[in-house]
Amino acid sequence: MIFFIVFLVLLMLAGAIAACVFKDLINAVISLAFVSLIASILFYFLQAADVAMAEVSIGTALVTAIFVIAIRRTKRYEE
Amino acid sequence: MDFLHNYIYYFGAFGLIFIGLYIILAKSNLIKVIIGLSIMETGVNLLLIAIGYIKGGTAPIFSRPEIKAVNMVDPVPQALVLTAIVIGVAVLALALSLAIRLYGHYGTLNLRMIREQKW
Amino acid sequence: MRKLISIFLLSVMGFGIVITLQNIPFGADKARVSDYYVNKGVKETGAVNIVTAVVVNYRGFDTLGEIAVLFTGAIGLGAVLFGGKKPREKKPEPASLILRTGCKLLFPVILLFGIYVFTHGHLTPGGGFQGGAIIASAFLLIYLGGREMKFNKTAAKVTESFSGLIFVIMGLLGLTSGGYFLLNFLPKGTANTLFSAGIIPIIYIVIGLKVGSELAGIIENLIED
Repeated sequence: MIFFIVFLVLLMLAGAIAACVFKDLINAVISLAFVSLIASILFYFLQAADVAMAEVSIGTALVTAIFVIAIRRTKRYEE
Repeated sequence: MDFLHNYIYYFGAFGLIFIGLYIILAKSNLIKVIIGLSIMETGVNLLLIAIGYIKGGTAPIFSRPEIKAVNMVDPVPQALVLTAIVIGVAVLALALSLAIRLYGHYGTLNLRMIREQKW
Repeated sequence: MRKLISIFLLSVMGFGIVITLQNIPFGADKARVSDYYVNKGVKETGAVNIVTAVVVNYRGFDTLGEIAVLFTGAIGLGAVLFGGKKPREKKPEPASLILRTGCKLLFPVILLFGIYVFTHGHLTPGGGFQGGAIIASAFLLIYLGGREMKFNKTAAKVTESFSGLIFVIMGLLGLTSGGYFLLNFLPKGTANTLFSAGIIPIIYIVIGLKVGSELAGIIENLIED
């Protein structure tokens, strides 16, 4: 059980480092959605049910959509 | 193993805060900086919920009449984090609208090049 | 050069935090305020979900402040993006038949699920903010598949304004019926049924409608093609 949580935390940190390294901004936004999804699973393991629902509906769906619409109106590649 | 049991959530939350702060300090594209701000907010929320956890506790909902009020986790940090998540998305939307306006005015989103145009 | 300075500053901060963290034990029983809320929450408010009772009843004024911040953010976004030059590209081609039919079939189902989540906020995990976000993602599906259905901006503005007004009026009614602002003055009823817990379901319905129409309005302002 504890090794599963260690694996999830390492996956979350790898996703955050990937959001720092990618040069295509759409890839960085997808990594942000991945970090938010794993954070919502960790909220469930900490017995916080309301917070997990709020994080997965606001952090994964709406923030990604707002970022993609904003990137479409500006540049796509970081220089 | 005991160290791992106690500190793995703190390690994950502080790792996210440090990566987010590094992105804000060292990157020069404005949308990357806003992504770093969002990562840092997720890390802070995780830290708040991890402080309010009690070992062997369960979620604070009395869904059946025979559930007794022993061994429940702390409900006050969950109420604060609920507020913080919604305010985070409002700030993010406002920051992105300012980034769109900046791109329309200067033609670039690189912060070092925008700072050089002094007028 | 900039990266080296930032890594050095962050490691100094990290060292200080690790020393402080030895004093915060993980999983120990720390607070006494939450003992009062967990033990007496169901009897005093009538809501079975203790987090809902804390957000709406015990700390209801903070929820009013949060709604004000969300409102200011949405108005600021509308004001900054007003009258910008519209990038008139070629019109987007209509989506394929499967996508259009799927989106039109799924839209009322997601709307119904969102209304269920914020109506039963005091019985199961959920509440106003989660239900409002689900309603806003149903409107996001319309932009993906069925572009022919227009978004009625006047209806969204009227819903949002009236919902905020009803929240403040409920608080003032609590003030006039003897006591303080946001007093729980309706009868409590029996716990674990739908019509219980005083004004908590009414306030969560109002919050759910307000947050849903606000977030849908934010997306409409940003798309603006």
